[in-house]
Amino acid sequence: MAIFLTESSKVIVQGMTGSEGQKHTTRMLASGTQVVGGVNPRKAGTSVTFPAGEGTVDIPVFGTVAEAMAATGADVSVIFVPPAFTKAAVLEAVDAGMPVTVIITEGVPVADTAEFFTAAQAKGVRLIGPNCPGIISPGKSNVGIIPADITGPGKVGLVSKSGTLTYQMMYELRDFGFSTAIGIGGDPIIGTTHIDALAAFEADPETEAIVMIGEIGGDAEERAAAFIKDNVTKPVVGYVAGFTAPEGKTMGHAGAIVSGFSGTAQAKKEALEAAGVKVGKTPSETAELMRRILSA
Amino acid sequence: MDLFEYQARDVFEKHGVPVLGGVVARTPEEARAAAEQLGGGTVVVKAQVKTGGRGKAGGVKLAHSPDEAAQRAEEILGLDIKGHVVKTLMVAQGAKIAEEYYFSVLLDRAERRYLAMASVEGGVEIEQLAVERPEALAKVAVDPQVGIDAAKAQEIVAAAGFADDVAPKVADVIQKLWTVYAEEDATLVEVNPLVRTEDGDVIALDGKVTLDANADFRHPEHAELEDADAADPLEARAKESDLNYVKLDGEVGIIGNGAGLVMSTLDVVAYAGEAHGGVKPANFLDIGGGASAQVMAAGLDIILSDPQVKAVFVNVFGGITACDAVADGIVHALEILGDHATKPLVVRLDGNNVVEGRRILAEANHPLVTLAETMDGGADKAAALAHAAS
Repeated sequence: MAIFLTESSKVIVQGMTGSEGQKHTTRMLASGTQVVGGVNPRKAGTSVTFPAGEGTVDIPVFGTVAEAMAATGADVSVIFVPPAFTKAAVLEAVDAGMPVTVIITEGVPVADTAEFFTAAQAKGVRLIGPNCPGIISPGKSNVGIIPADITGPGKVGLVSKSGTLTYQMMYELRDFGFSTAIGIGGDPIIGTTHIDALAAFEADPETEAIVMIGEIGGDAEERAAAFIKDNVTKPVVGYVAGFTAPEGKTMGHAGAIVSGFSGTAQAKKEALEAAGVKVGKTPSETAELMRRILSA
Repeated sequence: MDLFEYQARDVFEKHGVPVLGGVVARTPEEARAAAEQLGGGTVVVKAQVKTGGRGKAGGVKLAHSPDEAAQRAEEILGLDIKGHVVKTLMVAQGAKIAEEYYFSVLLDRAERRYLAMASVEGGVEIEQLAVERPEALAKVAVDPQVGIDAAKAQEIVAAAGFADDVAPKVADVIQKLWTVYAEEDATLVEVNPLVRTEDGDVIALDGKVTLDANADFRHPEHAELEDADAADPLEARAKESDLNYVKLDGEVGIIGNGAGLVMSTLDVVAYAGEAHGGVKPANFLDIGGGASAQVMAAGLDIILSDPQVKAVFVNVFGGITACDAVADGIVHALEILGDHATKPLVVRLDGNNVVEGRRILAEANHPLVTLAETMDGGADKAAALAHAAS
């Protein structure tokens, strides 16, 4: 099963003809993802050649997301376009009714995200990101920029606001493997939240335990803690980054800011612990907590 | 980016929000001239600091003549208000206030839309009002696809219970404040107080505006609003090199890739430091995905110019970035820096092409560089080195 992304997912790339898009399409194909098309109105009807195994594969370029969906049956789109064009790209995917749209782009104005999130909600489109590394169901499919060779399939589900902490945790638990690892992004407004991923992992028969990684800013972790308490029966371990972050400073991610007394790592840790989630002091200690659960 | 009150006032005026005359002054003489420019009558001399509670701290004073304005300016300039030293004043026209209200519109992260808040009991600390008399603070959800149109503005004034005679004027000002929010790409527009004068005008007397840095690309004019004075000199230098750097108060310099991993590295170093004389992380520095030699050199250069730094911890997990490129970056950075590199470096590499990365560092065998196998181990080593050098 895995969540949101399976071996049967058919993926199109918005921005495939750009340099980032080409680089990551190559990587996605190499890790077994079914990439079925790209979108670029100025290059519709052409194709892009990518290495595939010993040979090559030609991926067609369509003029619109709707055309790409009609021609290929795509059900996932991944967006690699600059911030100024991201809103238009997402709205195009949303209007076409793309079931899952993954937005890798960092630096999207939050007003644009608020607008396209509202549109996506009305259409029932799942957005992941923006400002995220994407999602991987190891051995099945990989959409975004997460390295596919850190670890393989397994029984752990991982949801994280941070890309490199996703990689770090996958590496720490590489001997166990993951059902799905999803980077939800570090912006103030994101399409898929910790709660969405926790609910999906709870419902996924392949996932036995969940690692949840949060960071300073907002109260998503506190709300996730309340959700876990009432709805999650699988074991969850947590990690929160940013205990040493000063008040009022944005720490890299646009959403990572402690404002006054709200959004602190301490408050998030306490909320998670109150919900019965064991919280590690370091990523390694967090992995160790999960290791004990899986080995029990 | 948070704006000063005078900047918020100017932005309000640009979008047609009624404000009073206000002139910036940085010396008592300028304050006198500002008061004269405003007609020579009663003015308010207001400290321009990006923090609340300035009134209580003596940062807002009435003056009845230009001479008195200069005197008040003398008293306020240099005041320390919650760690913010007053360097700038706004001399504002006086107003005869009949009533004080509150209005704000902001990003609602949890609901992923906007939230408008309004109260007929303004002028007080709004956090306090929200706790003590939540029923006096109307909260109205705003759809990001619609914004605050005439109907929404009506809904807000009705929810807050504005009196019939003033409600239409307030609704009009609220719509204009929404224009500020939308057109300037703000994440917060707050007016406290919004006032009704004895003449029946509704005026934004004090404003707080936060702008979304991600939207800077469509607002080149926002660059002028930046407060160059306030930036730490190292932060200013880092910004020139496009580095994501935040200065902290500690002894262990930190370089890493990815915001989450760097935040985590700071915490792990602080945690490790508990066993090594309480040393702490000296900074946040995210060198991002492509850690070239130039970026690494620029980052190391800034961290090594921080006199507080006694040791550096480089913590990289190679995702797309290959560890051999990072290792090359470190080696070349140390060559570029030459004699400027004087402090020990603990380097932990994992992920993409790590074996080659570690081999490159081992072969270079730089006397300042120690390799660490794990993140926790590296943090401990760096904390120990920083403590030993302190």
